[in-house]
Amino acid sequence: MNNIIIILRKQLLDTFKNKTILIQFVLFPIMTVIMENAIQLEGMPEHFFAKLFSIMYMGMAPLTSVAAIISEEKEKNTLRVLMMANVKPVQYLLGVGSYVWGICMIGASVIGMCAHFNGEQLGFYYLAMGVGFILSILVGAAIGVFAKNQMMATSVVMPIMMLFSFLPMLSMFNETIKKVSKIIYTQQMNLLFEHMQFDRIGVKSTSILFFNLFVFVILFFVAYKKNGLESL
Amino acid sequence: MIQVSQLYKKYEVREVLKGIDISIQGGEIFGLLGPSGAGKTTLIKILTGQLQYDSGNVRIMDKNVTELTGRDQKQIGIMMDQFGVYERLSCYENLKIFADIYGISKNQVRKTLCDVGLESVIKLPASNLSKGMKSRLQLARVFMQNPKIIFLDEPTSGLDPATTKEIHKLIFEKKAEGCTIFLTTHDMTEATKLCGHVALLNEGRIVEYGKPQEICRRYNHQKRLRIHLYNGFDEELPNNAESAKRLYDLMLEGAVQAIHSTEPTLETVFLELTGRMIKE
Repeated sequence: MNNIIIILRKQLLDTFKNKTILIQFVLFPIMTVIMENAIQLEGMPEHFFAKLFSIMYMGMAPLTSVAAIISEEKEKNTLRVLMMANVKPVQYLLGVGSYVWGICMIGASVIGMCAHFNGEQLGFYYLAMGVGFILSILVGAAIGVFAKNQMMATSVVMPIMMLFSFLPMLSMFNETIKKVSKIIYTQQMNLLFEHMQFDRIGVKSTSILFFNLFVFVILFFVAYKKNGLESL
Repeated sequence: MIQVSQLYKKYEVREVLKGIDISIQGGEIFGLLGPSGAGKTTLIKILTGQLQYDSGNVRIMDKNVTELTGRDQKQIGIMMDQFGVYERLSCYENLKIFADIYGISKNQVRKTLCDVGLESVIKLPASNLSKGMKSRLQLARVFMQNPKIIFLDEPTSGLDPATTKEIHKLIFEKKAEGCTIFLTTHDMTEATKLCGHVALLNEGRIVEYGKPQEICRRYNHQKRLRIHLYNGFDEELPNNAESAKRLYDLMLEGAVQAIHSTEPTLETVFLELTGRMIKE
C-alpha cells in the first residue's frame, strides 16, 4: 500500500511540470465551462456540451495519459529503477492508475458542476464516468506496457483514442455508425447519458460494458505477458 | 560477499557468459574489465537479479541470488549506465521518492545530496543538470540507502577528469565505511587506482584475475629500461648487467633526462592475452 501511495505522490508532483499530460486533464473541463456558458441554442438538448465533452474526456484523457506515463518510464529507464527498489509491477500500475482516475474524476466533477446535474443525475454521472475511466485506464495501460517507447505508444494511442472519443459524437449524424459503435463502452455511456437514470441501466448496456472490460483485461495481460514492465 | 561459480548465460544462440568464476570479499572494490560486448553488463544484471542465468551458482550475502528477499535487496545498491532520473523533478524530489520507499528520513536525503556535492542544485530539475551531476545524483540514490554491496556499471563513463576524480573519492569513502563495491569499467587507470582485485573479461570468459599490480608483474616479460634523453630521443636497454656500462656512459655525459621501467599496464596485458584493445 505504501508503495502505491509513493507512486501516486510522484505522479502528482510530476503533473504540474508535465504540460502534455496536464493539458489532457484540463482541456475538456475548461472547454465545457466555456461552451456550456457561452452557447445556448434553441432546440439544443439539455447539457449537450457537458455530456458530449464528458464522453470525449472519458475516451481520451485517461487512455493517453496512462500510456504516456508508462511508456515514458520505460523509455527513460526510471521504471527499472523503481522495480529494482522493490516496487512491484502491480503496485506501480495501481499507483499510476489510481492517480489518473483521481485526477480525471476531479475533471469530471468540474464538468458535472458546470452542467448543474440534479441529485440522481449527478450520482449517475459520477458512476458512469468512474467506470468509463477505469476501462480507458486499462486500455492505456495495455498500450503503455506493449509500447517500447513514447513514440510507439503515441502512434498506437492516436487511432484508438479517436475511435473511443469521436465515434459517439459521429453516431449523432449517421445511423450505421450509431449501430456499429454500440459495442464500445463510450457509446454505451453516451446512450446512458441520454436519460441519466439508474433504472435505465439495462442488461444489454451492462453486458456490453462487462464485455469491454473482459476484452481490455485480456489485452492488458497479453501485452504484459509479452513485454512485462521491466523488459526493455 | 559475492560468489559466482561456473556461470553460463546464452541469448538465443549467442553464448554471452562462458563459465564465470568470481569470489569477492566483503569491504573490497572489485573491478570487472573488458571491452564493449564482453558480457560485463550481462554479469552485473545477473548479480543484481535483473536477468536469469542458464546454469551455475550465484551467491550474494550467502544466499542464492534468486532467493534474495525484499529486505536483502535493500542492502544492495545499483547504479547502471542506462538508469534514468526523473527529469522534471528536482534533485531532492528524485531522491525523496526512493527515500520514501526505503523508509529514509528527509534529513538523510539532504545529507546525501550534500555528501555528493549537489547541495547547491537541490531544487533544480534534473533536466538542468550536467551529465556529471546526473551521475552524482544516481550515486546519491545508491548511497542514501546505506547498502552493504554497491554495483556500479561504468560509473565514470563519458565524464570529465574532475568529475571522475570526485566520483572516485566518493567510492573510496564508501569503501572506508565497509561497503563492498563491484564496478565495471573499460578504463584501466581507473581500475588500477580503485580496485583491490580485477578480472579481465573477454568474449564471456575471464582471461585473468588478481590484484592489478600482481597481474602487471606477472606479464612483465620485457624487463627493459626506457631512457629518455635530453636530445629528445628514447633509448631502450635490456634490464640486465650488460646495460650498466651504456647507462653509466649516458649518465656521465649528462644526457639522461629520465629512466623508466617498461612494466606492462592492464591494457597491454589484455592486449597480450586477447589480441585486442580493451577500449575497442
